Amino acid sequence: MSRWEVVIGLEIHAQLATKSKIFSGASTAYGAEPNTQACLVDLGYPGVLPVLNEEVVRMACKFGLAIGAEIAPRSVFARKNYFYPDLPKGYQISQYELPIVANGELIIDSDDGERKRIGVTRAHLEEDAGKSVHEGFDRMSGIDLNRAGTPLLEIVSEPDLRSAKDAVAYMRKIHTLVRYLGICDGNMQEGSFRCDANVSVRPQGQEAFGTRAEIKNLNSFRFVERAINFEVERQIDVLEDGGDVVQETRLYDSARDETRSMRSKEEANDYRYFPDPDLLPVEIADDYVEAVRQTLPELPDAKQARLQESLGVKAEDAAILTIQRELADFFEAAAKASSAPGQTVANWVLGELSGALNRDGLDISASRVSAEALATLVDRIHDNTISGKIAKDVFEAMWQGEGSADEIIDARGLKQITDAGAIEAIVDKVIADNPGQAEEYRAGKEKLIGFFVGQVMKETGGKANPGQVNQLLKKKLSG
Amino acid sequence: MSVSDKPIYDRTMTELSRGLAAGDFSSVELTTALLDRIETLDGALNAVLTVTRDEALAAASAADDLRAAGDAGPLAGLPILHKDIFCTRGVRTSCGSKMLNTFIPPYDATVVERLAAAGAVMLGKTNMDEFAMGSSNETSFYGNVMNPWDLERSPGGSSGGSSAAVAARLTPVATGTDTGGSIRQPAALTGTVGIKPTYGRVSRYGMIAFASSLDQAGVITRSVEDAALVLGVMAGFDERDSTSIDQPVPDYVAELDTPLDGVRVGIVRQHFDEGLEAATGDQVRAALKTLEARGATLVDVDLPNLDQSVPTYYVVAPAECSSNLSRFDGIRFGYRAKDPEDLLDLYCRTRGEGFGAEVKRRILTGTYVLSAGYYDAYYLKAQQVRQLIADDFRKAFADVDVIAGPTAPTPAFRLGEKTDDPVTMYLNDIYTIGANLAGLPAMSVPCGFADGLPVGLHLVAPHFAESALMAVGHQYQLETDWHTRCPEDYR
Amino acid sequence: MAMLARLKVADEDIAEACEKLSRIVDFVDQLSQADTSGVVPMAHPLDQTQRLRPDAVTEPNNRDHVQQNASQVADGMYLVPKVIE
Repeated sequence: MSRWEVVIGLEIHAQLATKSKIFSGASTAYGAEPNTQACLVDLGYPGVLPVLNEEVVRMACKFGLAIGAEIAPRSVFARKNYFYPDLPKGYQISQYELPIVANGELIIDSDDGERKRIGVTRAHLEEDAGKSVHEGFDRMSGIDLNRAGTPLLEIVSEPDLRSAKDAVAYMRKIHTLVRYLGICDGNMQEGSFRCDANVSVRPQGQEAFGTRAEIKNLNSFRFVERAINFEVERQIDVLEDGGDVVQETRLYDSARDETRSMRSKEEANDYRYFPDPDLLPVEIADDYVEAVRQTLPELPDAKQARLQESLGVKAEDAAILTIQRELADFFEAAAKASSAPGQTVANWVLGELSGALNRDGLDISASRVSAEALATLVDRIHDNTISGKIAKDVFEAMWQGEGSADEIIDARGLKQITDAGAIEAIVDKVIADNPGQAEEYRAGKEKLIGFFVGQVMKETGGKANPGQVNQLLKKKLSG
Repeated sequence: MSVSDKPIYDRTMTELSRGLAAGDFSSVELTTALLDRIETLDGALNAVLTVTRDEALAAASAADDLRAAGDAGPLAGLPILHKDIFCTRGVRTSCGSKMLNTFIPPYDATVVERLAAAGAVMLGKTNMDEFAMGSSNETSFYGNVMNPWDLERSPGGSSGGSSAAVAARLTPVATGTDTGGSIRQPAALTGTVGIKPTYGRVSRYGMIAFASSLDQAGVITRSVEDAALVLGVMAGFDERDSTSIDQPVPDYVAELDTPLDGVRVGIVRQHFDEGLEAATGDQVRAALKTLEARGATLVDVDLPNLDQSVPTYYVVAPAECSSNLSRFDGIRFGYRAKDPEDLLDLYCRTRGEGFGAEVKRRILTGTYVLSAGYYDAYYLKAQQVRQLIADDFRKAFADVDVIAGPTAPTPAFRLGEKTDDPVTMYLNDIYTIGANLAGLPAMSVPCGFADGLPVGLHLVAPHFAESALMAVGHQYQLETDWHTRCPEDYR
Repeated sequence: MAMLARLKVADEDIAEACEKLSRIVDFVDQLSQADTSGVVPMAHPLDQTQRLRPDAVTEPNNRDHVQQNASQVADGMYLVPKVIE
């Protein structure tokens, strides 16, 4: 065990999935032509004023309730003052002393196998900044303010995380949660979900925190893990060489897999926070909170437990199924429509279906096979109409749009032969055709049963029920 | 002198409205007369920065057509000047600053929009202290405004262009904004009426912000009746301003007739101590007697934290302004320094060259009081004292309907007289600032002359009591004729 | 302070600016004499709460008109001297 303990806190920025911006009626849609979705309020034009979007309040409340946090009856917007070209007003409207959500928690499955409580200090609303484009303008940078004013929920954890893996587990958990709640699309490539990591190390057993460095703008789970691991190593090296860690902002360079100091942001960080006089305190009544609580969907942890307990899905499969609410919903719809055991349906959802989705780069919502259609297919295996092996071909045909499971089975004549007399005739023929092997079997070479099954299946074009064939062969061969 | 004998430019908005309705003259004739008057007389005053002749004549003609069609709005065809702090679509809005010398807003402020919708004809934009920071109009990038009562004196500020234009009969009405007295003090110094309504009564949307929690739009007129007429159009809820109040607007004109009988007028003793110039005090005291003679009761009230109002203001206002003015960076609009070496140089030179000395002083003061280590001692402390001052007013209004006193400690001062010491200039606002800190409606009404210069009576009322406030002013004007006096060269 | 506020003050004006600024600071220092123990800071003149706006897109693209006020634009972007991170 290392003599150093790692201490990590994450500040996750989740873009809220509203139609319009937090303080203006401009669209938040991603990917528009530069500055075509930046209205006068987003541009910080003289004289214009912010008005708060009701949806962001509702979304923040949802999140707060989902992590068992307190919803502030009164929260206040403040201005964070600094100059940067992508910050049009010269201040960011954020929440400082009185955030909308405080004191929540999440349980993660920690690196060391333990379940661990991670505190969420606060979650506050703020506006996003624009983007600077550094290429293509000679010695200039281009400023695109489409993103300026997009609503963000900044989710600040306690420094409760003790490894890069824990940090990723926590971030994944939040990622799953915000998508369940429908408050963030979670698209990390587009920057809808990103985080800053505060990392420090201290000697094992020491109570006081070490000096921390803040790694900015990590936009993938992989980068979070790598950046933290690099930073931990760096800090330990510094300390073991007798040096001091400097409190600073660092940037993770994914190409070189290292963090480096961002001195440009360091020089003046007196943000001069004060309450924004253009906005009034946000008051949230208890009955509003209760009304929002009624709209909460089943949350991932509860859903996972239910899949295990009521539907008999094994823990690891239930965990995967519930990462994405749509996938879990798909599974549940299929399980409900099917008479087969839940685990059998889960095997199909996580097996063939997920494989096909991955192969074609589709999201579950765009699945070419519906939950009900999949349920019918699984039922046909369960009621012995077709074998599991043939079912894979049927699934592929369904995926290609050839029709329902029953239509394909009918059209291709794939129905299993369940007529005992017909199978018996074929079994008799196979035994008669292979007297040598039958002799050997009877002499004790029981492994040969597989050979006979194979022959029968070949004769029937795979349509016989393997169990039934097996039974009959054993009876005939030993008879 | 009957109204019909009065020159058209000397008539109030209310009188002009009757004239238009009666068909005595058209809006095009009225507009042309005032535009010509601005052209002739404003050279010496520097009150008007932009004259929108073509737009004005087009609007006047449209108003005449609507009137002929029987579809005239409440202010149809009536002239108005807007302080150059209100954004006007397609018309340069400078805010008195080099920073916005070429700024053309793509939208209209709510105040501008409402007045236009009611049929008012915008003649142009008035000069002002840069970003409304000043009490003398000397901080304008476009040079100071002269007081029509004495061209060597200041017309007050920051709405000095508006007050001078109304006093010189270039327009019957001009809009203004008031953060610490910027409507009322210039009104007092030019013998005009100036009202700042309750904070939130008039939308701030499109009004370039100085100090957001103090700024409020209002109007400068010659009669309280006109103020009631125009304020009734400007006021009201605006969903684009979060601090705008969703409350119905009373019929201010109808409520002017409320008599003074039984009205309790509060007098604050500290308003009459050594800071007040003697001749000014005499006029104000005489005005109080007039109110008493018409049935009002004078009651002594105490505002124990009054002395702290100016220092409180000079922490809160600069703090908010330092942040509000950060958006002026030369990137999306406004002045931009030439050939910047790098980004930092672009920022520092754009702002260093684009802002004048007083604006820079306030930004620096505001930056200082918000900075780490000073926030509690200055900004937070000022917010607490602000609460004490608001409480003082609340208690006082338990006993009285309005509070009356002087608007400014002296009549119009000489240009350049107070520019050396910012603190001396700031103290000029001592009687007016309290109403901004507490968000109360307040007005200045002409109440006489000291050494030939106008003196203003200051009236303050509880939140949303504009009707009571204006009724007192109107009843006073029924008894006096100070507001009809015109500076000699402008008769 | 000038750096924090991104304001260039000309060398010849610095002395005067500092002198005036210190006079203002001395003046507002009298706030310290007020007894404010237990007083709730007042951020707004009226005791109102924030109104909420429906989540609807109401602002159409008006970029080309709005950018007429900008000194330097290219390809729809606002230009600044290169930002170094």
